[in-house]
Amino acid sequence: MQVVFTEDQAQFKRVVHRFFDTHSTTTAVRGLSETETGFDPLVWAQLSETLGLSGTHLSEEYGGHGFGPVELGIILEEMGRTLYCGPFFSSAVMAGYALERFADEAAKIERLPQIADGSIRATLVLDDLNHPSQVGRLIQANEAGALTGSAPIVLDGCTAEDFIIVARNGAGLGLYALPRLSEGVTAVAQESIDMTRKVARVTLQSAKATKIGDVTSQDLNRFWDLTSVALAHEMIGGAARLLDETVEYTKGRYQFGRPIGSFQALKHRCADLLMSLEFAKAATHYAGFCLAASDAETIYPSMAKAMAADCFMEMARAAIQLRGGIGFTWENDTHLWFKRAKCDEVLLGAPHRHRARMIDILQEAKDVA
Amino acid sequence: MSHDWIKVELDRFLDAEFSPDLSLIEWRKRLVSAGWAAPSWPEDSFGRGFSQAEALVVSRVFADRRIVGAAQVGPRRLAAETILAHGSNEQKQRYLPKILTGEHAWCQLFSEPGSGSDLAGASTRADRKADHWLINGQKVWNTSAHHADFGILVARSNWDLPKHQGLSYFLIDMRQPGVEVRPLKQMNGHASFNEVFLTDARVPLDDLMGGEGHGWAVATTTLSIERQGFARGRSQGVPASASAGRIYEELARELEIDNEPYTWYPQREGRPDLILQRAQETGAIEDDAVRQEMAKLFCLTEAARISADRVAAYQKSGGQGVLPAGSIGKLGASVIARQAAHVHTMISGASAMLSGPESAADGLIAETLISVPAISIAGGTDEIQRNIIAERVLGMPKEQRMDTGPFREIPRNAQ
Repeated sequence: MQVVFTEDQAQFKRVVHRFFDTHSTTTAVRGLSETETGFDPLVWAQLSETLGLSGTHLSEEYGGHGFGPVELGIILEEMGRTLYCGPFFSSAVMAGYALERFADEAAKIERLPQIADGSIRATLVLDDLNHPSQVGRLIQANEAGALTGSAPIVLDGCTAEDFIIVARNGAGLGLYALPRLSEGVTAVAQESIDMTRKVARVTLQSAKATKIGDVTSQDLNRFWDLTSVALAHEMIGGAARLLDETVEYTKGRYQFGRPIGSFQALKHRCADLLMSLEFAKAATHYAGFCLAASDAETIYPSMAKAMAADCFMEMARAAIQLRGGIGFTWENDTHLWFKRAKCDEVLLGAPHRHRARMIDILQEAKDVA
Repeated sequence: MSHDWIKVELDRFLDAEFSPDLSLIEWRKRLVSAGWAAPSWPEDSFGRGFSQAEALVVSRVFADRRIVGAAQVGPRRLAAETILAHGSNEQKQRYLPKILTGEHAWCQLFSEPGSGSDLAGASTRADRKADHWLINGQKVWNTSAHHADFGILVARSNWDLPKHQGLSYFLIDMRQPGVEVRPLKQMNGHASFNEVFLTDARVPLDDLMGGEGHGWAVATTTLSIERQGFARGRSQGVPASASAGRIYEELARELEIDNEPYTWYPQREGRPDLILQRAQETGAIEDDAVRQEMAKLFCLTEAARISADRVAAYQKSGGQGVLPAGSIGKLGASVIARQAAHVHTMISGASAMLSGPESAADGLIAETLISVPAISIAGGTDEIQRNIIAERVLGMPKEQRMDTGPFREIPRNAQ
């Protein structure tokens, strides 16, 4: 099993790093978080058309670049580091993976190339973001393919051009598609703690949709693994940035005639944070390598999501605490990461749900053996 | 050298020289003179100058053919590696072969009742006389000192210099009247360690190592070797069990003595390997609270394993040692041990009160619960590891020191 990046992957990381350093500065992030749409179309066009990032993980036969979860993770780690604001996670990751996993061949051929090149921004409408087993309780499809119900939280639900929807369909789950601007569809912006990622409530009232696939529970679990690991990368990127900046702050801030970073209480906290980050990073990268190597169910995706979430939150709390009063102000940038950490923590399942899933998987493996 | 060629040459040597009916010492003498006892050591110091990969080929052949290798259990390895790095040619010739053959056992005489974490604050005296050094003081935490022939010793040879500059490093004969060894019973009932009282003990002038006043630099080598051992987890030599012949009988006796101080070491690491099975057997796995704590434990054990693999992969690819892997690994081991003890307690419930052979896992669980506090102390406390990580990796400023200037003026524990 691969455990560290190849030279090509490391090179790719440097390219992506430079791009987001330039295009996702804190000034840009603050500016976009105050807008309704929450993204810059020019930067979106550059990253998806020029750099081709949106299609990184999608297979070449559907217009992607044929890389996998590891390269996608590299992108997300850099996005998390700079708090990139834009529809990458909703369109490329959520809608992209859903189409690749669940859609019929014809729908993949029709829709994935546009997601891969960024010309269409889609999002996935899931009526539950906590656990795969709870999906499909709120949105129903009738036999004619008309959808009724609602999803309380949809990423970029007010700006996505296409909705890819998972709905209950008799005994099973089906995958459906419709444009956001369709009859019977309402998307209302929801206020979120995290202003850098826009969310909406989506309501469907006999909305006529095209059925484009079936969703088995096994596929839904794999989808959940892929998206959870992608999100874990975003979290360790954010956590690493917070640690760097917090440590720098303690070196430059003087109290009692000495830098506060020379106090053992702060050093020990930072050492613990570094260990937590190293472990979360190891778990997250390893989960990416596992997903790239095989489709088998393992504990590693859930382990990565749980560890990265706990690490990011722990880091965000410490980043504010170690700055003292200034850390609690709006002017200081730390809260931007704190809020992303809080939302990422619960998106796609809070840590305790993923830990529970780890033990489920271990028990099944033992039962089989 | 090609790996195939190493194998060919080694096989030829073993075919000609090895017999299970040899005495253990006689066999190891042959290994030493042929350079196979420590193949990664330099050719002028009983080795063959092999790379780690080449040395691995040798140990694989030994394992496959069930060949007995050099003595390596216990503190003798710390002594050997330090002598190899800092010893004079005479010291290497005098001491290394008998370490490899197992004729001489060694112990480490570093910590003192008055200097634990602050090792450089050692106050055991080394006074230079006409033809020897006179040693007076007390050492503690000396694994295997009760059957050691020699010790590696840090003592203060100058009290007027700053603390790190006044130390010297000695190789001391433990079999002399001025050396008294007393076992030290631990909270878990074992006595793996000793206290060593040095009263007018003598060290020949030739057995000062690394030069007078350079003891701290030499000790640092020993300590880093020791920490690597912690991060790696100890492998205490594989007994070629159940093979017939004099050599295997002698080896079994040697290992019984050498491994004795370490029987509880797996327990101080928390025995996370026993968790899943115990949780299933007792039905505790159905308890959601237990499941959560188990999952937290497995997150830590798996992440520590992956993290160690990553460090090894970076080092192999010639990348910089990105982390003080030893310190992070050791801190991780402490966290894992505590969490494992916590989960074992949840699984046992009230039965966690019981110890002895009738209790869970033949008493191993009880021994685990009362051994775990050692892991975050031995080999450098968690607090010291955190200082190392903060200062060397994160580059955080050092705390202001209260111990500069001549050593004799520094406040220290009452003697």
